[in-house]
Amino acid sequence: MSTNTAMVEKYRNNFLKEVEANVEEGEWVKMCMQCGVCAGSCPLGNAWEHPPQEIFMMIRAGKREDVLTSDSMWMCTSCYNCIVRCPRELPITHIMHGLAHYAKRLGIQPKGNPTQWFSEVFWNNMMKKGRVNELKLGLSMYFKDGFVSGIKESLKNAKLGMNMQKTKRMAPMEFFGGHGVKNPGDLQKIIKKAQELEAARIEEHGK
Amino acid sequence: MAKREYSYYPGCSSQKGASSSNMMKSVATMCEELDVQLNEIPDWNCCSASIGYGSGGELPRLVMSARNIALSEEHNPDQDIVATCAACWLSTREAAERFEDDENMFKEANEALAEAGMKLTNKTPIRHMAEVLIEDIGYEEIGKGVKKPLEGVKIAGYVGCQTNRPFGIDGESYENPMYLDGLVDALGGDSIPTYEKKVQCCGGALAFSEPEKSQEMIKGIIEAAYDNDADMIATPCPLCQANVEIYQDQINAKYGTKFDMPVVYYSQLISVAYGRNANDAALNGQIIKARKLEEIAAK
Ligand code: SF4
Ligand code: SF4
Repeated sequence: MSTNTAMVEKYRNNFLKEVEANVEEGEWVKMCMQCGVCAGSCPLGNAWEHPPQEIFMMIRAGKREDVLTSDSMWMCTSCYNCIVRCPRELPITHIMHGLAHYAKRLGIQPKGNPTQWFSEVFWNNMMKKGRVNELKLGLSMYFKDGFVSGIKESLKNAKLGMNMQKTKRMAPMEFFGGHGVKNPGDLQKIIKKAQELEAARIEEHGK
Repeated sequence: MAKREYSYYPGCSSQKGASSSNMMKSVATMCEELDVQLNEIPDWNCCSASIGYGSGGELPRLVMSARNIALSEEHNPDQDIVATCAACWLSTREAAERFEDDENMFKEANEALAEAGMKLTNKTPIRHMAEVLIEDIGYEEIGKGVKKPLEGVKIAGYVGCQTNRPFGIDGESYENPMYLDGLVDALGGDSIPTYEKKVQCCGGALAFSEPEKSQEMIKGIIEAAYDNDADMIATPCPLCQANVEIYQDQINAKYGTKFDMPVVYYSQLISVAYGRNANDAALNGQIIKARKLEEIAAK
C-alpha cells in the first residue's frame, strides 16, 4: 500500500488531523481565524489559485486532494510577509512549505510545476557535495523540458551566462568540479539518518 | 588582534567563482577596514536555502544547519555565527530556534549528527552582518572612518525580504526598515528613505523556476528606483542583488524598458567610502557598472 493510500485510510474524513500530525507546523492550522491578511500578502498573488487563507479553509473542509495536488503552495517565494502580518502568528510560510513537501512525499504533487521540479534538482545538487553548484543547477533547469527546448532556453540566457562569466561570477570550471565539503559521505550519512527518523515518524502515523 | 571576531558562514553563492563572489570580496575589504576578523566555519555546508524544503522536508533540512552550527561550536567556540547571505542567516537561525522549541527535533538532530561523530549544543547566537554593523559597530563609528564620502550619489536602499523578515534587525519596522538608509547617510551618500520597493520580494528562488512572474516584480523594483532618481540600488542580500541586476537585459527585451541600473552591496559602498580601490570593492564584479562608485574609487 502506498503511503498516500495508507494516510487516506487512516485519517478518513479528517484531513485537518492528518495535516496536524504530518505537515511541518501543521498543528497551527486550526488557529487561523480567516481574517484574510495573508491572502493579500503573497508577491505572486494572482498566480495562487488558492491563497493561504483559502488553503487553511480547505484543510478544515477536508478537501484533501484539492489541497495536496494544488500548485498554489509552490508559488510561495518565502518572502515571510504573511508571517509578520498574521494576527494569530501562524508560521504560514512553513505550513506552505510543509504542505508542498508532504504532497511530494506522497507523490501527488503537481508534476508539471517548475518550482517543485527545481526544488528537487536543488536538493540533489546539494546532496552530492554538500554545497550548491550554481552553474549545474542553472543548466539542469534549462534542460528540464528535454534537450531541444533546453538548448533554446539556454540560448535565450546565453548573454546572461556570458555576462556572469565575464565578471567571474560563474566560472565554467565550476561545472566540472566546484565546491564541496571535505567528506560528502559523512554529510550524506547524517542526512540519511535524518531522513530515516522523519520517515519513521510519518510511517508510524500512517498505521 | 582584531577588535571584533566572529564565526563566519559565507554560504554557497559567496564562494569563489559563484554569483555573489563580488560580495565575498567586498565584505573581506570592509571587515579589514572595520577591524573585524571573520573566522570561516571550517568545512561548512549549504543551508539548503528556502527552496530545499521541497525534497528536504523538515528534519533533514534543519540538520543541514545543525551541522554548520555544530562545526562552529567545535572550531570557533564562543563566537557568534555571522552570515552575509539572507537565506543562510534565516535558515540557520530558524533551525536553531526550532531546536530550542522542540526537544524531540533537537534530540533527533543530534542522533543524525552522531553518524559523523558530531554534536550540537545549540547555544550560539546566529546573526546577520547587518546586525554587526548596526548593533556592534554603529553608524557613528562607521561614519568616522569615511575617507571619501559618497557625495552626490543617490542610493535606493533595497532591503528585500529575508534580511527583513521574519527576524529583521531589532527595532526596525518590517514595512519600512531604515537601517540601509542610515548606513548610506553615514557614508555621506544621499539615501531615499521613501523608496517604495524597499521590502518588495524579488522572487527569490522562483526567479529561476518562474522567470516571467518574477521579472514582473523585479521590473517594479527597478522602476521605483528610477522614479526616485536613484543612481544605483544597494542591497545586503545576494539573491536580491543577482535577481535585480542580471535580468535587466531580459526585462528590457520583453517590456521595451531601457534599464541600466547598477545594483551593489552595502559592503561595496563601505569599501569605496573608506578609500579602497575598485578592485578591493569588487566593482569589476558588476554586470551593470556602478560608474559613480568607480569615479569615487579612482579619485
Ligand atoms: S493572516 Fe493568519 S489568521 Fe488571517 S487568514 Fe491568514 S493565516 Fe488566517
Ligand atoms: S512567504 Fe509564501 S505564503 Fe507567505 S506571503 Fe510570502 S509567498 Fe505568500
